[in-house]
Amino acid sequence: MLCKRILPCLDIKDGRTVKGTNFVNLRDAGDPVELGALYAKEGADELVFLDITATNEKRQTLRELVNRIAHHINIPFTVGGGISSVEDVHALLQNGADKISVNTAAFKNPQLISDLASEFGSQCVVLAIDTRQEEDGQWYVYLNGGRVKTDKLCFDWARQAVQLGAGEILLTSMNHDGTRQGFAIDITRQLAENLPVPVIASGGGGTMAHFTEVFTKGKADAALAASIFHFKEISIPELKGYLQQHQIPVRTI
Amino acid sequence: MTMNVVILKYNAGNIQSVLYALERIGRQAVVTDDEEQIRTADKVIFPGVGEANSAMRYLKERQLDKLIKELKQPVLGICLGMQLMCEHSEENDTQCLGIFPEKVRLFTPQDASLKVPQIGWNNIFNLKSPLFKDVPENSFCYFVHGYYAALGNDTIATADYVQPYSAALHRDNFYGVQFHPEKSATVGEKIIQNFLEL
Repeated sequence: MLCKRILPCLDIKDGRTVKGTNFVNLRDAGDPVELGALYAKEGADELVFLDITATNEKRQTLRELVNRIAHHINIPFTVGGGISSVEDVHALLQNGADKISVNTAAFKNPQLISDLASEFGSQCVVLAIDTRQEEDGQWYVYLNGGRVKTDKLCFDWARQAVQLGAGEILLTSMNHDGTRQGFAIDITRQLAENLPVPVIASGGGGTMAHFTEVFTKGKADAALAASIFHFKEISIPELKGYLQQHQIPVRTI
Repeated sequence: MTMNVVILKYNAGNIQSVLYALERIGRQAVVTDDEEQIRTADKVIFPGVGEANSAMRYLKERQLDKLIKELKQPVLGICLGMQLMCEHSEENDTQCLGIFPEKVRLFTPQDASLKVPQIGWNNIFNLKSPLFKDVPENSFCYFVHGYYAALGNDTIATADYVQPYSAALHRDNFYGVQFHPEKSATVGEKIIQNFLEL
C-alpha cells in the first residue's frame, strides 16, 4: 500500500541550514547534508531544501550543496528557492536533485511549468503555493515568500498549474505556518480531492495528532514540517509509530 | 580485479542518481553509450526516468536497442529502463525491447483518491530472486510511475497500487525493478549490492 509521506524541510542560506537546530549528535548542526542524512536515517521519506538566499551570485553555492547532498543522501530530495529558468533546473538536476519546486517565478510566467514538465517530466516539478485565507473566506495566492498578495484563488492556480504539468503541489497555509495549531484542513482537502496529483500539506504541524488529521480529514498525500523536527519536539520514528497506531499507512524502518 | 560496472547513457533522467548510489556503497561505474565498453562490462545498469516513446526512438537511432538485447552479463533496468525491457508500453503505444513478455499499462484507478502517477513508498512482496537476498518481505521502496508491468511469469516481486503488479522482473541475465533502488534508502542499496554480486 502506498504510504503517506513525512517530509522534513531545511531552510538553507549561503549553503548552511538556518533556524537553529537542537540536535546534540551532530558535529555541525548548520550543515544541511549532515542534518539531512540524520533525518534520512531516522526514516524521513523525502527531504526538502529551500534556499532562502536565492540570489544570482549564490547559485553556484546551491549547486555545489545539491551535489554534496546527492552524494550522501539515499532518499529523494526536492530543492527550491529562486528557481526561474529551465537552465537553473537543468543544473540542479545534473547535480543530483530529484525534484525542484517553483513558486513566484512560475506564477509570473506559467509557461515555465510546461517548459519544465516537457523538458524533465512532471515527476520532478513541484509547484509551491503560499496561500492565505482572507476575511471573505477565500484562499488567495501570495508571492515572494508571502509578502505580495495576488487576486488569484489558490485552487484556481493549483488547477491551472497541474494542467500545465506540475506533478505535485506543496501547499503552505500562511494562516497556520508557525502557529503549531494544526494544518489548514479545508484548503488541503479541496486540493487533494480535486486534483489528480499529490498534495503536500505544510504549515501548522505542532502535534502528532495534527498529522493524523491532515492525512485523514485533509486527505493530504504528504506532510511537511520544519521546526518540530529541528527542535526535536517530535522525532520522526515517534511520529511514524503514532501514525501507524492510528491506521495511517506509513513507511517504517 | 575491480568490477567493471557500466551505466547506460541515453536521453533519460536520473543517471547521476544511480552513479551516486553506487559511490555510496563504494563502487565506481562508467556512464557511457560506447558499444565496446557496454559489451565488455561485468554489469550493466539501464536506468531511466522519462517517456517511453522518445526513449525507444533514441535507443533505436543509436542501435542501442539491439545491443541491450544481445548482452550476456547481468543487466538491471530501473523504472523506465525496466518498462522498456518489456514487450509493449501503452505510453504513446510504444513497441519496446521485448526481453520480458509482460505488457506495460497505464494505471486506471476507479477510486479517485488514487493519484496517477504513483509517487512515494510502497511495499514489495512475494520476493523470489537472489536480487532480494536479505531483503525482508514487505520492505518499502520508492516508486514514481504512471505505467506498470502486469504480473507474469517473470515477476520476482509484487507491489500493489490500483491492483497487484510487477515490482520486479527477471528472465535469464535480465533484471528489472519498477522502483528506484538508488532512492530507496538502505533497502535499495542492498538490492543494488545484490545485483552487483549476481
